[in-house]
Amino acid sequence: MKKTHIILLVLIAVSIAVLISFMGDITTYDTVTSAKEKPGKFVHLIAKMEKNSMQYDPIKNPNYLTFVAVDSLGNSINVVYNNTKPTDIEKSERLVLKGKVQDGQFECKDILLKCPSKYKDDMNAAQKQLQPAASMTN
Amino acid sequence: MEFVGEHLLPGQIGHFFVILSLVASLIATFAFFKATNAEASLKSGWLKLARLAFYAETISVLAVFAALYYIISNHLFEYKYAWQHSSRALQVEYLLSCFWEGQEGSFMLWSFWHCVLGLILIARAKRWEAPVMTVVSFAQFCLATMLIGIYFFGTKVGSSPFVLLRNETPGPIFSQPNYLEFIRDGNGLNALLQNYWMVIHPPVLFLGFASTLIPFAYAMAGLWTRDHKGWAVPAIPWAAFSTAVLGVGIMMGAAWAYESLTFGGYWAWDPVENASLVPWLVMVGGMHTNLVYRSSGYSLRATYFFYIVSFLLVLYSTFLTRSGVLGDTSVHAFTDLGMNLQLVLFILVFLVPAFWLLIARRKEIPAIHKEENTYSREFWMFIGSLVLFLSALVIIVSTSLPVFNKIFGTKWAVGEDAEGFHNQVQIFVAIILGLLTGVTQYLKYKDTPRSYIRKHLYLPLFVSLAVSLCISIWGNIDYDQKGIGFLAAIHLAIFASVYSVIGNAGYILLVLRGRVRAAGASVAHIGFGLVLVGILISSSTKEILSHNTTGMSPLKIGEKESPLENITLVKGLATDMGRYTATYVKDTLNERDRKRYYEINFKSKNGKEEFSLFPDIIENNKGSEGVTPNPDARHYWNRDIFTYLTFLGDPEKIRAKDTSTFREKVVRIGDTIFYSNGLIIMNKVVINPQSDKHQFTAADTALALDMTVISKEGNRFTAQPLLKVENGMVEVIPDTVMAQSLVLTFNKVQDQQKGLLEMGIKETSGVLDFVTLKVYEFPFINVLWIGVIVMMIGLFMSIFQRLKRSSALRAS
Repeated sequence: MKKTHIILLVLIAVSIAVLISFMGDITTYDTVTSAKEKPGKFVHLIAKMEKNSMQYDPIKNPNYLTFVAVDSLGNSINVVYNNTKPTDIEKSERLVLKGKVQDGQFECKDILLKCPSKYKDDMNAAQKQLQPAASMTN
Repeated sequence: MEFVGEHLLPGQIGHFFVILSLVASLIATFAFFKATNAEASLKSGWLKLARLAFYAETISVLAVFAALYYIISNHLFEYKYAWQHSSRALQVEYLLSCFWEGQEGSFMLWSFWHCVLGLILIARAKRWEAPVMTVVSFAQFCLATMLIGIYFFGTKVGSSPFVLLRNETPGPIFSQPNYLEFIRDGNGLNALLQNYWMVIHPPVLFLGFASTLIPFAYAMAGLWTRDHKGWAVPAIPWAAFSTAVLGVGIMMGAAWAYESLTFGGYWAWDPVENASLVPWLVMVGGMHTNLVYRSSGYSLRATYFFYIVSFLLVLYSTFLTRSGVLGDTSVHAFTDLGMNLQLVLFILVFLVPAFWLLIARRKEIPAIHKEENTYSREFWMFIGSLVLFLSALVIIVSTSLPVFNKIFGTKWAVGEDAEGFHNQVQIFVAIILGLLTGVTQYLKYKDTPRSYIRKHLYLPLFVSLAVSLCISIWGNIDYDQKGIGFLAAIHLAIFASVYSVIGNAGYILLVLRGRVRAAGASVAHIGFGLVLVGILISSSTKEILSHNTTGMSPLKIGEKESPLENITLVKGLATDMGRYTATYVKDTLNERDRKRYYEINFKSKNGKEEFSLFPDIIENNKGSEGVTPNPDARHYWNRDIFTYLTFLGDPEKIRAKDTSTFREKVVRIGDTIFYSNGLIIMNKVVINPQSDKHQFTAADTALALDMTVISKEGNRFTAQPLLKVENGMVEVIPDTVMAQSLVLTFNKVQDQQKGLLEMGIKETSGVLDFVTLKVYEFPFINVLWIGVIVMMIGLFMSIFQRLKRSSALRAS
């Protein structure tokens, strides 16, 4: 066997091992109930923010945001996020919360704000902008 | 119905040229194909037709560009593209950015670069023109289908940039003939893209993407015409060109991220970044195996494979970024144009024939069956290319998780620390590549005499060892968040990358004896080594200056990965921040770029330096509210101080001027003083108070005036303004009671005997003006940018050298 082949095999084996370790780290998208079932495990929670549940006082502590997250099944959990309030979080229809359940609350490390479909959203926004113009003439 | 005030002509012209470019590129493909396969007598006729068709194609693409530019620059909002991506207030220099904000515009840009490259090929490629241009014209045809926007058996094919708003958007206003009078302005350009990097980064990046087509086209031409040896010569400068331009494009994106995005750095392993990095890695691998083949006859199959894969990865990245499949994993906003099927077909239409040809003709491809010598350059270059490819493979597979979810219906998500995963894997790639680039230049093709190795190899090795040890010992490299193993890997990688720089510099001096003209490759490797050094040092010694322990439970303080990186600055109050005290001075609105700049003043505690940073915000458009922050950085030769706003108060309230000032009061313990909404009781003086906000050791001297604020409504708050003595300097650290708009200070001890203390009260009118921000320090980040420039210079040096050599060969 040629040494190129040996090195090739070794490197490919290493890459596969690396990818397996990556697969070992991956997690799942969860609901509140399924996230609560595995406390301490890092998950992605897809949820919405309950209206008026948010508390954030940047003067007191800019690194403390808390709110109640509700998933599509209607279950809720208290979320703590040690960072600043993401702009527009109140308006986001869908949040991807990355973190883990600890002592009954969700300790969030990262928040992604998402819209169901950016394109559809653009069109909704477009209509909203065009409405006032139309009503002016009516 | 007749509509008033519409300008339909530019759109009709544009649409006509879209169709013409589709037809012309199809004719060009067919004619170049015939010219390749035709017998000698018919060849020139087909070639003439093909060239004419390609010229027509080029003119069409330019005309489409001009039509769309006319629509955008004249604010013809009856066109959806102009309405969606531009506005009247937009600065002229950003009108071009409107093109690439939309997908159609970026396809046009891509296709424009294919035209330019195609014209160069027609002028220079000689006998390779016909087969190579067949592939280029076909790619042009595929891109043209992306712009036609027609329905074909009920499926939407392409998306035209010339559609009218009234046809695309339902709304009662379009039932009026004079509807345009009510659409006074467009949606505007996304605030994030209003940055000078966004004017130049996309054209360069797309030239990079477009240029990966040429080595691919040469490889396809080689397979197709069965001239497996000939194509490998002209392909090398094209591969080097692609490496240079795509590399610059990617790094311009990094610079854009650093200067105007709030990633807190230049690279975040975001899927979009990964998708453009991966074709580059494979292209670099292909270029090296191509060089190996030219000089030793090995690795031709690998070269075919790498060039094909690099281009396919560009197509795949197009799919990833435009199909909306990354929706949940990337911070970038993706729009799904409903063209996913077409995007998949775009990949398959190149993938299937390319691999079919490669597999069917693999036996014909010349290969040497004797094993490479371990002391030969080709052996180690091949290993390096392989490492590049596998590194790319790991990145792209892990980035494709959402695609697997889509295919298999799974619900996987990336783990807790995706960035850490990439860093921990790629640092070993950096170590291997650093060592290989340092050593391989000293090896000769076929075999290297051992005496030659002994003569040249050791000196650079020892110098690098000495330099990297200096960096390791005095460079403050103590990034231990990921454990001691990773830290060791960082030190090893610093050695490898320093070796890459010094090894190649030594090669120019010792072996080439300063013959700079032949040194292109070495210069490029020096640049690559510098890039690695810059990345390693700036990332591993990055420091958070705005570290904030407020509200942290004492248990968590000192935990390695603390996310508490934001600090709030109240206007006019100096706040402690590492080696500096920072003060938010004022904000000003710039009417021209519509950005609000916040002046943050930094004073070093030793009094030696003082400077101001101006991070800014721009108000969001496109129907989303709030603001988008942009960072600002102070550049020193050896480090950057980098800051951006992470939260702002209500902009309306912030605009209300705060005119209140501090009132001084002399008090004793036990006193009660009044303020407009209640009273304040002086409780006690605490020495070195232990609270969640401040931690003091026995070496510090700090006095806190503990007080209770009771409002009329009966709410109680506690406050502890501080008086701190450090290095003989007295520092006043105020405390705030946000709910009562109170700022309290402990100014001095007026008379210790009588127990007289001086305090200050400030009642702000309404709400406090404040900003919340993050401040980082990036040491030696300039090494990274310099490295990129050096690498490009090296690549272009070798391109020119190769072109000169080939024209000299032709002349003789």
